Amino acid sequence: MSPISRGFHRKRIQAPADRVPPGQYVTGDFPVLSAGPTPHTALERWSFSITGGRETRSWTWEEFRALPAETLTTDIHCVTRWSKLDTRWEGVSLDVLLGAVSYDARYALAFSDGGYTTNLPVGDLLGGRAWVAFGYGGAPLGAEHGGPARLLVPHLYFWKSAKWVRGLRLRATDEPGFWENYGYHSYGDPWREQRYAGD
Amino acid sequence: MAGTALRGRLTWQSATVTAVMDETPSTRTISLSVPDWPGHRAGQHVDIRLTAEDGYQAERAYSIASAPGEDLALTVERLDDGEVSPYLTGELRAGDILEVRGPIGGYFVWETGFGGPLLLLAGGSGVVPLRSILRHRALSGSPVQARLLYSSRSWADVIYRAELGGLAEGVSVVYTLTGSQPPGWTGYARRVDAPMLAEVAWPAAPSPSGSPSGSGSPSGSGSPAGGPLAYVCGPTSFVESVAAGLVGLGYPAERVKTERFGATGG
Repeated sequence: MSPISRGFHRKRIQAPADRVPPGQYVTGDFPVLSAGPTPHTALERWSFSITGGRETRSWTWEEFRALPAETLTTDIHCVTRWSKLDTRWEGVSLDVLLGAVSYDARYALAFSDGGYTTNLPVGDLLGGRAWVAFGYGGAPLGAEHGGPARLLVPHLYFWKSAKWVRGLRLRATDEPGFWENYGYHSYGDPWREQRYAGD
Repeated sequence: MAGTALRGRLTWQSATVTAVMDETPSTRTISLSVPDWPGHRAGQHVDIRLTAEDGYQAERAYSIASAPGEDLALTVERLDDGEVSPYLTGELRAGDILEVRGPIGGYFVWETGFGGPLLLLAGGSGVVPLRSILRHRALSGSPVQARLLYSSRSWADVIYRAELGGLAEGVSVVYTLTGSQPPGWTGYARRVDAPMLAEVAWPAAPSPSGSPSGSGSPSGSGSPAGGPLAYVCGPTSFVESVAAGLVGLGYPAERVKTERFGATGG
């Protein structure tokens, strides 16, 4: 039984329960969270690669941008408790990228410029649920939000949507990434409030 | 260190407010007694949960202001359009009970074994976790040199002013007041920029030849080697420009740890 804080009241308009997971509040801003300086990689040196399959597959920026892209509108949920509704993105579906590789791995470790990593089941990257996004709100994705390209996996907490993503390492076993090593949940389902290990 | 930041499940615990103290017109330090507090590291944060009489609950994360070994203390800035911070800074009294869980976060931390010199860069209430680091340094008798560059709107907005004025040997504090300055102010009076960083920051360690700087993994930091260690905390615009400025001065990216306080949530 939680203690009651006398004089404490809800001030925010209640968000629709089917849109906002438990413990989250809606913000109109787009807060920035990262553990270190924002990396800046020139597009001519950028590539996206998938290793750990039967062959390594890599795309230059030009090749990546020539792939079929989608625009989508989705809600995003940060483990620090803000949710942002109806965000507009442009990106390449992971169905397209993983479809170019033959593999039987069940897990992926996304890796980024600056050394960031995060782990996901491959199944969560398929089925029209994950993208490598390069556009936000009708403009190129800004560096502070992960540009030139970031992972976008909106059905999981947003730390899984690795900024400055440069590729995936496919693996037979699950390996914790950066925040997962510091005690954050391995899977990170916002609807089950999987914020920290053990949640 | 990795993987040891949190052990087992983090459960909500009742915390009794033992004291509240106004630091500035918009910030207040809340001291808490948590019977089963497992202890924390300098730079970590906690989650706070409030429950209204109608059962409505709100959770927010706040940086820990106290040093490891001290009772849990938080310094909270009031965001006028926020839901939780106006309550914590206005209504909460000694004797009240709320819920906490933590400590959380294992990257933006400093331990004496990490070495230094330490360069701490604070924007506004971003000074809170850096104060925990400075207290930890002082209480542990660490000989590591430390320098704090602290950007505030005005002198009245400087949090921990008295404490920062009486710091131990080996610590220097440089203020910049971006909005208004008291009469006779001779310090910096602008936002932190590259020339200011060049004047205040410890010189970057020369990078070993053949080793590209700035490409290291953030999870590889925290090692004793490698020259100055920088901690940057404040609003996003502050953190972005300061972290980029330090990289421009030759700081390897993995020696610059950042934490951001968005002007959202409250």
